[in-house]
Amino acid sequence: MIEFFITPLKYEFIVHGIIAGALIGILCGIIGVYIVLRGMSYIGHGLSHAAFGGAVIGYISSVNLYIAAGIWGLLSALLINLITRGKKIKADAAIGIVTTASFALGVALISRIRRFTKNLEAVLFGNILGVTTEDLLIIGAVTLIVIIVFFFLYKQMLFVTFDPESASVYGIRVNWIDTIFSTLLAASIIVSLQVLGVTLIAAAIIIPASTARLLTNNFHKMFILSIIISIFTSIAGIYASFYLNAASGATIVLLGAAIFTIVLIQNYIHRKILEHEHEHVHSHGDIIHHHKHLDKEEHRHEHEDKNSSLE
Amino acid sequence: MAKMQEQTMIEITNLSCRYGSNEIFKGVNLKIEKGIFAGIVGPNGSGKTTLIKSMLGVIKPTKGKVYVNGGLVKSRHPSKIGYIPQLEAIEWDFPVTVEQAVMMGRYNKMGIFPWPNKEDKRIVRSVLERLGIIQYINHHIKTLSGGEQQRVFLARALASEPELLILDEPTSGVDLKTQHDILHFLLTLNKKGITIILITHDLNAVAAHLPWIICFNKGIIAQGMPEDVFKPEILKKTYNADVTVLRSGGLILMANAKPLNTDD
Repeated sequence: MIEFFITPLKYEFIVHGIIAGALIGILCGIIGVYIVLRGMSYIGHGLSHAAFGGAVIGYISSVNLYIAAGIWGLLSALLINLITRGKKIKADAAIGIVTTASFALGVALISRIRRFTKNLEAVLFGNILGVTTEDLLIIGAVTLIVIIVFFFLYKQMLFVTFDPESASVYGIRVNWIDTIFSTLLAASIIVSLQVLGVTLIAAAIIIPASTARLLTNNFHKMFILSIIISIFTSIAGIYASFYLNAASGATIVLLGAAIFTIVLIQNYIHRKILEHEHEHVHSHGDIIHHHKHLDKEEHRHEHEDKNSSLE
Repeated sequence: MAKMQEQTMIEITNLSCRYGSNEIFKGVNLKIEKGIFAGIVGPNGSGKTTLIKSMLGVIKPTKGKVYVNGGLVKSRHPSKIGYIPQLEAIEWDFPVTVEQAVMMGRYNKMGIFPWPNKEDKRIVRSVLERLGIIQYINHHIKTLSGGEQQRVFLARALASEPELLILDEPTSGVDLKTQHDILHFLLTLNKKGITIILITHDLNAVAAHLPWIICFNKGIIAQGMPEDVFKPEILKKTYNADVTVLRSGGLILMANAKPLNTDD
């Protein structure tokens, strides 16, 4: 059993991959919470495609891949923000236009240069083979920045995600928070590109947070659960990738989806059981109430009129 | 302009707002004194929501200025305002407990760390107690009834220790008794010195019980005490419809003067 865990660690590339996986797990777990709650899943999907365009341009013009993808991703995010500010074009359409055009540019450029095709698969689906020490340092730096920023802006991020209009009334700089979030999202996606792959990165961000959402109605708990699930699926996914000899992005996403499915089924069964077994009957004077308790976390037996008179 | 009289809570000068190419109102002037409990009434599309959103700094006016408590309102609000949005505007499926939602009212007073201190927790608990919803402190906001949900957001506003409360249709979607309880509670807050402004479309159940009324339809039509403002000629100007006003003791009742004729 121990062999199972130790054997892969004899290879340096696997150790690199696992460290990268753990860091990316933290990144995706944190970012995912806000992406899921804001209904921005599509933006993660889009940004990775946008960054792909930047990465290809970087490759051709021999600029550092991270810098090229970073500048390109940031420009795309700002452009999307700009287009949606007019309110006539909704976010999903703006993302579709900007990022797919960017991805198309990358594909068009690559199809002209045949020699890039070998690396193309790695960029699209994720590959841990090529994680260098330099890559690890960059992923580590971004993870550290994300942890620090989300620690100190935790309150503001929560308020802006829940109720942006009130947040601004209560003194929070909503535009600033949005800009910081977009920037960190873009940075997280770019540093995760190599391990997770352009086409799979969005799912790796969304799945742990969605699973956590199913498990709790409490924001703080959801935040912690999302990070734990994300780190677990990343590391376990990389092990699986080693043993199955499959693309790392794919194994991480498949493992995440499996956990999500289990939780979803468990949730469904739990609710069905409550519906059947927990019909609740009680009375107030002459009135007899029958009702079902659908909620699994709270069991309220009070009624509106009780405790309702104010000062 | 910067030197305003100390008793003025809101001063709006020559305010114009538009949404896209659609002009909502222009050249609005309004002064609201401190300590007042005012209801802004008007039909749908009259711009009353836009008016309060300009007070809140949520909407940028095309022209004119809004001062709240002596400070110019820009995109970020400088003043101690407690805002209670419409219940329909809240995302009830969002995973926050009652305590977490109410704690948001403390955020601008909390330090740089993410967690609240004892004082923040104490204030949140005491507000929940005053509003009679302390027993739901760890419940998901969605599991509460309409009246309780309304109180959660009232609690959030009070947790911020405001000098001014602005409420957007606070009594829509709750039953008559809850409506009465909420109005009564607001009145006690007002007596303790908090200025309150609410918008409502409900003339009888809400507006007629408020101490001060502002009739609004793309501009101020009239303002004053209910008995002075609720007159057929003023209401006709406000609603573009004939309204009959009935007075019975201290009660004012308003109804459409032209009931639908089913014989036609």
